[in-house]
Amino acid sequence: MLSIRGGSVRRGASVVLADVNVALDAGEVLGVLGPNGAGKSTLLATLSGELYVSSGKVLLHQKPLHDWSGPERARCLAVLPQSSSLSFGFRVDEVVGLGRLPHESGLEVDRAIVSAALGAADAQHLAQRSYLSLSGGEQQRVHLARVLAQLWPGRTGQVLLLDEPTAMLDPLHQHSILHAIRQFARLGGAVLVILHDLNLAARYCDRLVLLADGRVHLSGTPEQVLQSEPLKSVFGLDVLIQRHPERDHPLVIAR
Amino acid sequence: MSPVLSARPLFISLGLVWLIAFWLSLSLGPVTLPLGDTLKALLLLFGLSIAGEGADQAALILEQIRLPRALLGLSVGTVLALSGVAMQGLFRNPLADPGLVGVSSGAALGAAATIVGGELVGGISPLLEPYLLSISAFLGGLGVTWLVYRLGRRDGRTHVATMLLAGIALTALAGAVIGLFTYVADDKALRTLTFWNLGSLNGASYARLWPLLLVTVAVTLWLPRRARALNALLLGESEARHLGFDVERLKRELVFCTALSVGAAVAAAGMIGFVGLVVPHLVRLMIGPDHRLLLPASALAGGSLLLLADLLARLLLAPAELPIGIVTALLGAPFFLYLLLRQPQ
Repeated sequence: MLSIRGGSVRRGASVVLADVNVALDAGEVLGVLGPNGAGKSTLLATLSGELYVSSGKVLLHQKPLHDWSGPERARCLAVLPQSSSLSFGFRVDEVVGLGRLPHESGLEVDRAIVSAALGAADAQHLAQRSYLSLSGGEQQRVHLARVLAQLWPGRTGQVLLLDEPTAMLDPLHQHSILHAIRQFARLGGAVLVILHDLNLAARYCDRLVLLADGRVHLSGTPEQVLQSEPLKSVFGLDVLIQRHPERDHPLVIAR
Repeated sequence: MSPVLSARPLFISLGLVWLIAFWLSLSLGPVTLPLGDTLKALLLLFGLSIAGEGADQAALILEQIRLPRALLGLSVGTVLALSGVAMQGLFRNPLADPGLVGVSSGAALGAAATIVGGELVGGISPLLEPYLLSISAFLGGLGVTWLVYRLGRRDGRTHVATMLLAGIALTALAGAVIGLFTYVADDKALRTLTFWNLGSLNGASYARLWPLLLVTVAVTLWLPRRARALNALLLGESEARHLGFDVERLKRELVFCTALSVGAAVAAAGMIGFVGLVVPHLVRLMIGPDHRLLLPASALAGGSLLLLADLLARLLLAPAELPIGIVTALLGAPFFLYLLLRQPQ
């Protein structure tokens, strides 16, 4: 659906992404892991069209990403940045409504979608509040609702890119947000999500990519990637790998 | 509550205020014209009525003095308010103002260069002067806007704080160069220069009005077409791109539009500060930041506010007259400080 083939990105003299191959498939949640500065956000910026590759290709539905017209692309690719700097007092439902800008679906449809997306991000009770009065975590959920509204409800052919969507959230909302993202994938959408919490990645991702120094160190299922040797060599962290007692996915415990 | 519901009463009241301000500007002055006479004279001016007793004199006052002045005030207020909205959207900062980022002083510099330069080459034809002034003020405004914008860019991002500081530096620089022009200017040019720096609607003429009127109509029609893009831009440049908007083009258009508006306004009426800051702010307090409502509402409010400020300037010390720039600064500067203090960090 969305893929980067042999993609390299240079910043000045240094190579921040080197010969990366990643492909997103329909109905799949792909987790990107890696230490700070490994190139996770650069990979996301490249896949979203914000950065150009110096060599290699970025293709959306077999067509180079930059050949897409803006609105056409926006109807099938949405991006949640790590943080947002909105400093105007929109009401929360207006912020989420901005996600409907690429569409011409009409006031009634948009209103229903905004409400549903707010529900998915567990932020429906905030709908009438001023965005500026919210806490950091609440604002993050509102932006998640906005990108969900942009692709609502999700279908095959659509792609969602998320940069640390759980960073500012409390434990309950970390799970409810990743639930909403899984729901989007269940309807056929493809998701790439940058995560720092290895156990959230183990539970909610179908496939993982482990980045180190701008290269793909390892990719595969959570069982294949979340092992003590690769985690030790990439993060420098000694870990024990157990099985989740109820769900059977890998559980990563620092030693 | 939905903004669409509260929009109607707001637009009705803004429209009423606009009409009243326009009517007061036509009626009040050394000779007070009753409403009936003003209407009759207007009809006469547009050839919809034949001359009658009393109407002739009123028509003369209207045609020669009050109508061009009222139209000038409306235009200046409208474009300053609209470019304030455009600037605040472009910089994603509700405290941005065409004056604060140096556009107005750039435009004044362009105008000053033409006034003094014109005197040096032996005077410009009065037929050409208004157009030449508009063009040079426009180029001055565009140059400084572009420079401020470039100085604020780093790694593909616009740093608002850098830009505001760059605006202050360039305003000071422009002030110094204008001072230099003042130093070499003769008496006639000096008077004109002083007028630019204080801002005034005095001596409005149709020749000065036409270029601005054209710009006003163009900007008022064009800018609302970018309302949705401006809404998206408030989220951030990347976010607006991800929503499908051509952000680089939008930014260029906004800079050009602001330089054109402020350039034309400064050329016609000199530096009138704080309208571009205060009007969008007041309107946002009433109706929220959605540009689809903010732009037309600010256009109405800007025109009305400037007409009312001009009434104050004309009537406060009558028969003497204050430059309107002094009035707007006296009202606007404390209001800006108030906004600065209540702005959450």
